[in-house]
Amino acid sequence: MIFNLFIFNRQGVCLFYEEWNRKRPTQNIEEEKKLMFGLLWSLKSFTQKISPKPVTAFNSYTTPLYKLHFFETASGLKFVLLTDPSAGDLKEELRAIYSGIFIPYVVRNPLYRPGEPVQCPIFSSTLKAHLSSLPCFKA
Amino acid sequence: VKQGELAFSKIEHVNSELLALTYGALVTQLLQDIEQVDEVNAKLEKIGYSIGVRLIDEFLAKSGIPSCADFRETAEVIAKVAFKMFLGITADVVNWSDNNEFSLILTENPLAEFVELPENYSGLWYSNLLCGVIRGSLEMLQMKVACYFRRDPLRGDDVTEIRVELKEIMIEQYVDDE
Repeated sequence: MIFNLFIFNRQGVCLFYEEWNRKRPTQNIEEEKKLMFGLLWSLKSFTQKISPKPVTAFNSYTTPLYKLHFFETASGLKFVLLTDPSAGDLKEELRAIYSGIFIPYVVRNPLYRPGEPVQCPIFSSTLKAHLSSLPCFKA
Repeated sequence: VKQGELAFSKIEHVNSELLALTYGALVTQLLQDIEQVDEVNAKLEKIGYSIGVRLIDEFLAKSGIPSCADFRETAEVIAKVAFKMFLGITADVVNWSDNNEFSLILTENPLAEFVELPENYSGLWYSNLLCGVIRGSLEMLQMKVACYFRRDPLRGDDVTEIRVELKEIMIEQYVDDE
């Protein structure tokens, strides 16, 4: 089951947030975005520090109740998807969202200004349609 | 080079005459609006920068190139993959100094295909947009560069030379605003 998705840029601006099957609503979404970015930041720098080579980031982590999938582009965009713990490896899915949905509907959209939150209905609807088509969306 | 061919085959193509004429119309309009050649050069660079900031994602996604190990590799990727992918040509990387400055040599320039510079515009770097694109896209990869034209056949040189100088590799920093 897919819970929610964050997209951050390098500066930590949350470009996009959407939730689908989230059971426990957040009290303060702005606070949550900041905490999420801080978590990714720390986790990434920690995993780099203890890794045998200094270049790796991380792909996902799992707790008993949810799984966090992480994909970062060289241009510093971070895609974060939260699902239930039984979901498989969704890194390629996140990459597909980047190249197949984010680029055509956001990056190529002349009205979108880089670095600002995405307000593009067709992006949200295409994303939703795509995620709903995945077997793990409702499962 | 192979990766460039592959990336080139993957993206949509436009007619090169259409591209050259569209770009020509843009430059002509800027010259009419701004009049000062130096400012037109700067404006073209700025427009290119805005393009580069977006184009980098297109490039990363379509080319599938992993992160470069060093600036030399970056230079090769720009010359052989990026130029091929977006302009259909490849460039040669030459004249390295200190591993952080190089020149891109273009033997043909699709933007300037039908162009002759009138004398009163001899200070114009007609294709200066390209410099902006390179600067903008590298900045998204944490590399601050200075990029400028050194030679241009429109000014009587034999080839096109774009100089790229690495100024700084920006380090990611976490900004805590509380």
